[in-house]
Amino acid sequence: MPLVKANVIVSDDFVQVADDAPLPDGAILISATRLLADAETILRRNGNTGVVWPNNRSVAELVPYLGRLAVIALVFPTFRDGRAYTQARLLRERYGFEGELRATGQVLRDQFVFMLRSGFDAFDVKKDSDAEAFCQVARRYSVVYQPTGDGRATAHDSRRALQDEDAR
Amino acid sequence: MYAYDEIDRAFLSERVSEFRDQVARRLSGELTEDEFKSLRLMNGVYLQLHAYMFRVAIPYGTLSSAQLRRLAAVARKYDRGYGHFTTRQNIQYNWIKLAELPDAMEELAEVGIHAIQTSGNCVRNITADQWSGVTPGEVDDPRIWAEVLRQYTTLHPEFSFLPRKFKIAITASDHDRAAIKIHDIGLKLKRNDEGRLGFEVLVGGGLGRTPFIGKTVNAFVPARDIVSYVEAVLRVYNQCGRRDNIYKARIKILVHELGAEAFARDVEAEWAQIRDSALVVDDDMVADIRSRFSYPDYQELPETPGELVRETDPHFRTWLHNSVAPHKEPGYAIVTLSLKPVGGAPGDATAEQMDAIADLADRYSFGEIRVGHEQNLALPNVAKRDLPALWRALDRIGVATPNVNLVSDIIACPGLDYCSLANARSIPVAQELTRRFADHDLAAMIGRLHINISGCINACGHHHVGHIGILGVEKNGEEFYQITIGGRADEGAVVGTLIGPAVRFTEVADVIEDIVEAYLALRARPDELFIDAVARLGVQPFKERVYATR
Ligand code: SF4
Repeated sequence: MPLVKANVIVSDDFVQVADDAPLPDGAILISATRLLADAETILRRNGNTGVVWPNNRSVAELVPYLGRLAVIALVFPTFRDGRAYTQARLLRERYGFEGELRATGQVLRDQFVFMLRSGFDAFDVKKDSDAEAFCQVARRYSVVYQPTGDGRATAHDSRRALQDEDAR
Repeated sequence: MYAYDEIDRAFLSERVSEFRDQVARRLSGELTEDEFKSLRLMNGVYLQLHAYMFRVAIPYGTLSSAQLRRLAAVARKYDRGYGHFTTRQNIQYNWIKLAELPDAMEELAEVGIHAIQTSGNCVRNITADQWSGVTPGEVDDPRIWAEVLRQYTTLHPEFSFLPRKFKIAITASDHDRAAIKIHDIGLKLKRNDEGRLGFEVLVGGGLGRTPFIGKTVNAFVPARDIVSYVEAVLRVYNQCGRRDNIYKARIKILVHELGAEAFARDVEAEWAQIRDSALVVDDDMVADIRSRFSYPDYQELPETPGELVRETDPHFRTWLHNSVAPHKEPGYAIVTLSLKPVGGAPGDATAEQMDAIADLADRYSFGEIRVGHEQNLALPNVAKRDLPALWRALDRIGVATPNVNLVSDIIACPGLDYCSLANARSIPVAQELTRRFADHDLAAMIGRLHINISGCINACGHHHVGHIGILGVEKNGEEFYQITIGGRADEGAVVGTLIGPAVRFTEVADVIEDIVEAYLALRARPDELFIDAVARLGVQPFKERVYATR
């Protein structure tokens, strides 16, 4: 599955490690259970750590580790299950997570805009054709109606700006 | 009426081009039907028994004459010359071709109409009292706030894949015409003791397999905070709503399982975090939205003009009494156009009727038309002196049946004639009932009586809250109907009670006649309404009457 970051397909530096496998050197992606079992040791090792966080677990549990996690991978078991959008916004907007927020699972092109607006910046895209279309799809809407942590100007902001211009 | 600006228009055209791309990918096989399904559903496209069905939103039930004409044009060009108005201020086309859908959408977008979020597990078309802004006694026009919420929920990045669909309705009147208590969120606009504008917020109403009446979770949310409050509700629901069972996924189940108080506490906790954020609805935004609703330039007119007094045709007087309601401006009236002719399919209108109504709206109602959840239309701004002329014109096109709120003003879903989920037909049941109660004097003598028909437990015809509810079920491959009585959808909303075993298709109309006869015999006074008689007597006497001879 191609990984898309900053609009382009990149290679994944992170190795996903099974719960019972020994931890290799370098950048790893581990499960929530494994992280929480021994977070301090794992986070002290050499190399970046990322966690795959299930969509039915509160992201508030991650708060003590946010500054030391390089990646949080949130899961879309099917594209119809939208819980990870809320998790993403909470991580970015409430808890101030600044690392990579990766969308994994059934990630299709028609979710890209929603994901970007919710704070995701890396996408484990299911289909090659969707990954290739990322850039074009991400720019599909010039107008958004609601404020989120992505800071995009909303329709209302644009209207206000137009009015200010008129007033000048 | 709400006028779209450049920004809204740009958005709509981007939406159409996205859908065009999605349809192309489906037709080429790049998207599977399953993948396409949730995309088409977010654009109001269902796969029905015979064809794709296309559901178009009429936000808060307000249309301009130009928009209605365009709905007619789409019916003519892409469908079979008619459309069906639903119980949620939508219009449905039943015979649209997938490949032509993007073009139909583009034509609608030109007049600011769309099908965004008319289906799918997202926040659906926000509905409001169809008399918003013209009925006497409102604290504010609910459409202003429906539009605030419409914009806020449009393609919401966080809430487009909720556990299940999510419906919001708003009213500002004590008499609730928007059925807010059977919505996921019901909003009642009001002023608190200090005179501030705000909302009573009800959550967890809904029909379907497990009907619930919404519960008040906050008695007063200031208007400036309504968006953050709704976001808090949606966020709690998105995280905690059940996704393991489609029949338990609506927010009503979450509210029921947690208890309304615990649910309200969770919402309050979330709300406290986001209340003072960019979600505050500032005065600027409200002023901007308000300024884009055009209100007619009402004249000073007499309350009882000569034209009205002189028109003595008894048919006119009957219609006047039945279909014309008071307006907030003296000399004006709100006129309901019945889409329930004898023998007709409830809520259907032909392209010719739509065009004619659009012309009449231009001539008599400042170019404005309303759509109500009872599946009727309304002209909201008619000068009383024009009523006789308007009545003649409406009568000519078959939308002046004086049966508004009477027994033949039946609410019915499309049922087995169109819908792939149906167990039984709805429309023929409605048609037969309108024939049985075609005599206006009889219907007037019976008085206010709402019959609601759904072709399956999904309850699109709101049968639970009909004064008489008729639900199609299937038994051994045959159509049967369960009858409930005593339901209501207004401010006193309750779910009706089943009177007994289901009856056959051929028996339904007889059973309803029996119930009505029992009521006429049992009512305490001629003005005791059916619904009040049932509340007083319970179902037993009706049950006895229906099953004694069966
Ligand atoms: S109630 Fe059932 S039959 Fe009627 S429209 Fe809804 S899903 Fe179809």
